[in-house]
Amino acid sequence: MATDNHAPAWTVPTSPQASAPRDSRNDGAQPAKPMKPRLSLGDRLWKLFVWGAMAFFLFNVLLLIATVAVNSVATRWFGTLLPPGFTLHWYAQAWSDFQLASVLWVTMEVVGAVVILSIALGVPAAYALARVQFRGKRFAMLVFLLPLMVPPVTYGIPMATVMYKVGLAGTLSGVILANLVPALPFVILVMTPFIEQIDPNLEAAARIFGANTAKYFRYVLLPLLMPGMLAAGLLVLVRTIGMFELTFFTAGPTTQTLVVALYYAVFSTGVRAPQSIDAMAMIYMAITLVWVLIALQFVSPTQLVSRVKEQR
Amino acid sequence: MSSPTLPNAPLPAAVPRDAKAWLVSPALIFILALFVYPFVYGLVLSFQPMNGGSAFANYIAFFTDTAMWPTIIVTLKLAVPATIINVGLSVPVAFALRRNSPYQKFVTTLLVIPVTLGTVLIADGMLTYFGPNGWFSQAVHGLHLYSDEVRLTHNYWGVLISLIVSGFPFAFLLTLSYVTGIDPTLARAAATLGASPWEQFRQIYLPLLMPGLTMAACLSFVQAFSVFPSAVLLGAPAGPTRVISIAAAEAAFESYDYSLASAIAMVMGFVQLLVVAGMLSTRRFFYTGPVTGGKG
Repeated sequence: MATDNHAPAWTVPTSPQASAPRDSRNDGAQPAKPMKPRLSLGDRLWKLFVWGAMAFFLFNVLLLIATVAVNSVATRWFGTLLPPGFTLHWYAQAWSDFQLASVLWVTMEVVGAVVILSIALGVPAAYALARVQFRGKRFAMLVFLLPLMVPPVTYGIPMATVMYKVGLAGTLSGVILANLVPALPFVILVMTPFIEQIDPNLEAAARIFGANTAKYFRYVLLPLLMPGMLAAGLLVLVRTIGMFELTFFTAGPTTQTLVVALYYAVFSTGVRAPQSIDAMAMIYMAITLVWVLIALQFVSPTQLVSRVKEQR
Repeated sequence: MSSPTLPNAPLPAAVPRDAKAWLVSPALIFILALFVYPFVYGLVLSFQPMNGGSAFANYIAFFTDTAMWPTIIVTLKLAVPATIINVGLSVPVAFALRRNSPYQKFVTTLLVIPVTLGTVLIADGMLTYFGPNGWFSQAVHGLHLYSDEVRLTHNYWGVLISLIVSGFPFAFLLTLSYVTGIDPTLARAAATLGASPWEQFRQIYLPLLMPGLTMAACLSFVQAFSVFPSAVLLGAPAGPTRVISIAAAEAAFESYDYSLASAIAMVMGFVQLLVVAGMLSTRRFFYTGPVTGGKG
């Protein structure tokens, strides 16, 4: 920040036009000037440390993923830098070993239903919370905040107990409902500040120009909500694909999602070849990464809570 | 300013206001039915022990059994360091990347990957990568940093590393969204008045960031406290990383004692509540209000 602002002070004036504004701003910049060399050294060291730590973290994560990728195409791999030979037959093996066709179909149904339902229920609720004052609003906020504050394992066990009692456990609807519990408040939490920052005067303006509620919704509100809904939908999608605990507690043998099937495979290492498990992990990884790449075309992960005011 | 609209203003404002509030009800009913009701049901069930006895038999069993109560401490020993590391690291990194740049885009894109992949896949990868014959151990031995066998899986460290791998990007993305939500012109105004970058951070960013950071810490702690798959896959689930969720899951899905499992879940929720309430209560000591500047 300071480097940007004081940068002109360091440049040697080469033309009369440049020297005139420099002289005039010099008075104001004088107190900060003597401190600058010391700060920029510390600043640089600090930056080096931050970037170094960041690079170390990312490097290890990427190698960790590369390990899975290499192992999934290795004939066998033990204690050497690279495996002695490569093959693709573990993918075919994993596909039949873990019945991936049906697992993937279940995963798609669950994730799709959770995204659609959480947006359909969450956006209206977020709109009400952002725009209207009503009795019990604080209670509603608390109820929506609780599922995000309580870890899934904590409420997952009583929830699974209730689901076993009413016969929902093990069914597809049971898995969808269980995954909706954290997804819905998440959409509300992301969308409420997003709706709050949409200017309420736009509604008044639209009304003045004769728009009814449907037209206001279609032509004013919906286009403004779209980026937030995409962001919320992306996060719910990604979280639901990776949501392990609730699915693990409520799924039956025929309603396992990919991540639960992967857990059982890793848990019983030794029953199947590790290369076969890693091939399945690669399929899981490919699906999630494709979705993230698609979604990142529309939204950046940092724009979720509030939009950045760009520097002019 | 707009005196002609004033006589009309109260009427249209009063009527749709009440109607719009009903939009909240479908979501509210859903959460009440699938979150609040099971919680209450579990709470009641936890006072009705499966094998009879007094109402508190499950809780007495939990706090006297040496296979049960230490799980709270084991879980806290993992979750507290993980939260401090994740949130503590994400503040300087988010601050360094606060301005919209290709670096910010690149790093956030890369960091989304571990969040997306989830703990199960990270555990699977870590078992090979940090295993005794994995690349990490090979590198450590190749660089002569440590001569003994590198043991980072099937113990405490494996679980802690997995909590950082999956938790740091999460904390970072949250923190970054709070940091970028702060109007940079505020810091520029401070810089004009002679504030150094450190002073800008200390006087401008940190006070505005504190409520967001508390929230990020709460969510990170929740995530770390609910560690389950990586504690089983990467830890030693019978001993040093027998976290409270393992005890609860064993009671529910291995011995089918839903009453005891609910009691353990309630204890877990209570510990959780204490920590989160403690963190949230510090929020009122900080500035709360708009962070995006006066005029948008």
